[in-house]
Amino acid sequence: MDVIKTNQLTKRYGSARGIEQISMTVEEGEFFGFIGPNGAGKSTTIRTLLGLIRPTSGTASVLGMNVETEKEKILAQTGYLPSEAVFYSGMKVKEVLKLSADLRKQNCSEESQRLCQRLQLDSSRKINELSFGNRKKVAIVCALQHNPRLLILDEPTSGLDPFMQKEFFEILRERNSKGTTIFLSSHILSEIQRNCTKAAIIREGKIIACDQVEKLAKSSTKRIRIHGTADISGLSGVQDLHSDSDGLHFLYGGEMSVLLSVLSQGKIQDLSITEPDLEEVFLHYYTEEGGIRS
Amino acid sequence: MTIVKHEWKQGRISFLIWTGSIVLLILICILLYPEMKGEMESVGDIFASMGSFTAAFGMDRLNFGTLIGFYSVECGNILGLGGAFFASLLGISALAKEEKERTAEFLLSHPISRTRVIAEKLAAVLTQIIVMNAIIFVLSVGTIVFIGEEISWKEIILFHTAYLLLQIELACICFGCSAFLRRGSIGIGIGIATLVYFLNLMANMTDRAGFLKYFTPFAYCEGADIVNNGCLDGKLIAIGMVLSLIGIAAAFIHYRKKDIQ
Repeated sequence: MDVIKTNQLTKRYGSARGIEQISMTVEEGEFFGFIGPNGAGKSTTIRTLLGLIRPTSGTASVLGMNVETEKEKILAQTGYLPSEAVFYSGMKVKEVLKLSADLRKQNCSEESQRLCQRLQLDSSRKINELSFGNRKKVAIVCALQHNPRLLILDEPTSGLDPFMQKEFFEILRERNSKGTTIFLSSHILSEIQRNCTKAAIIREGKIIACDQVEKLAKSSTKRIRIHGTADISGLSGVQDLHSDSDGLHFLYGGEMSVLLSVLSQGKIQDLSITEPDLEEVFLHYYTEEGGIRS
Repeated sequence: MTIVKHEWKQGRISFLIWTGSIVLLILICILLYPEMKGEMESVGDIFASMGSFTAAFGMDRLNFGTLIGFYSVECGNILGLGGAFFASLLGISALAKEEKERTAEFLLSHPISRTRVIAEKLAAVLTQIIVMNAIIFVLSVGTIVFIGEEISWKEIILFHTAYLLLQIELACICFGCSAFLRRGSIGIGIGIATLVYFLNLMANMTDRAGFLKYFTPFAYCEGADIVNNGCLDGKLIAIGMVLSLIGIAAAFIHYRKKDIQ
């Protein structure tokens, strides 16, 4: 079943760009990554899926329901972790958690207690006294305490210390193994590479690649390392070029035979051709010459 | 009812401060009355010589020597202004504060329809106004009994009803504006309340500005009219209620489709 399906989804703010014709599908049980730099349209996409903003054109459905007409039913089965967690001032943590459960007409006290314990969150403290990271934990409990079928997480780890990040992803993996679909938006690639099975890359409001994380990393681009010297100035498809006293390394996306014939002209002591990691692929997608490849 | 409860909790301190202040000022006024009663004859003469200033507050048509005359001017101004500010602030911030304080994302990512959010927020605003007025009414009447004055029930009930309607009208109009606002809402609320208050003063001062009374709810709260006519001005109140309904309708129509920032 498709848990998230968007078709030509577009949101414009006046003349300003939001997202342009986004079409993607997230299947049930997937751990889906949504990668892009700040301002690429990640949050706009998410906010449209949650019905906070209305699409300019195109359609989107979540859990098989239309985001505009069946919003409440969708939200009942969805947990959302916003990138910046803001709560009502003057309330205690447990009051916020209770309010969230009440708005869902559910009693989540058991699960909420369990989560607070795991995240080491003191629920008797006041929201105003909490650090950014601790407020994030409150948002995490709000997103998870009702055991939703779909989790939408917008930059979830910002503000969390490494230990808490680890605990948080462990909770997510447990939920995922029990069938919860997870949609994780992030600009931290290692986070996506380590946790997600599938990912989409968004740039300037458009999806420029969407595939299995492994396949995305295994694009035709290779990381080339040369010990020695070679004149590669005439070569097209070279990016991220670094040279040092020892030799040079770069990302190469062109014809392999052309590369080899160029290299054979130089003095090469050693040569390695490897799969780039996702970070490098990402840079590749984002540099000007990288253009749009999918 | 979750949101109504939540709104009451969030607004409880503001509610207590406004209600407490208005009650305190009115009680002081009433308690001062026995002492001032004897001097009222001469005070009346002074007021009579102040021309349009006296007219602005309707004091030219009221007998300050009677409790209801005194009450409708002194306490009317306190309840009128205090109540108008409180109601406007409640209305104007009801929806706008969620976006201003950036809690809208939290609230609206829960499975609750916008229609329900609007309805419960409106209910919270109206119940706070009604409860505040009930408290003020009971304590005022109690204090009048305490100083041993006779209560003209009809006038005093009409008088408090008029101010309740005024506050409801202002709250509903501001509530409608609130749906369109994202920040800086409080200034607009106070501005609206102050504007309609001064419109009424001007309407009272000269006949040429008399038409202004159709644009301010203070017109149907005029103590002099209520005491002299023994009833409220149905036409002015009808205009007010229509404006209230427009405010409420605007809130529902716009906020249901609003993009939340």
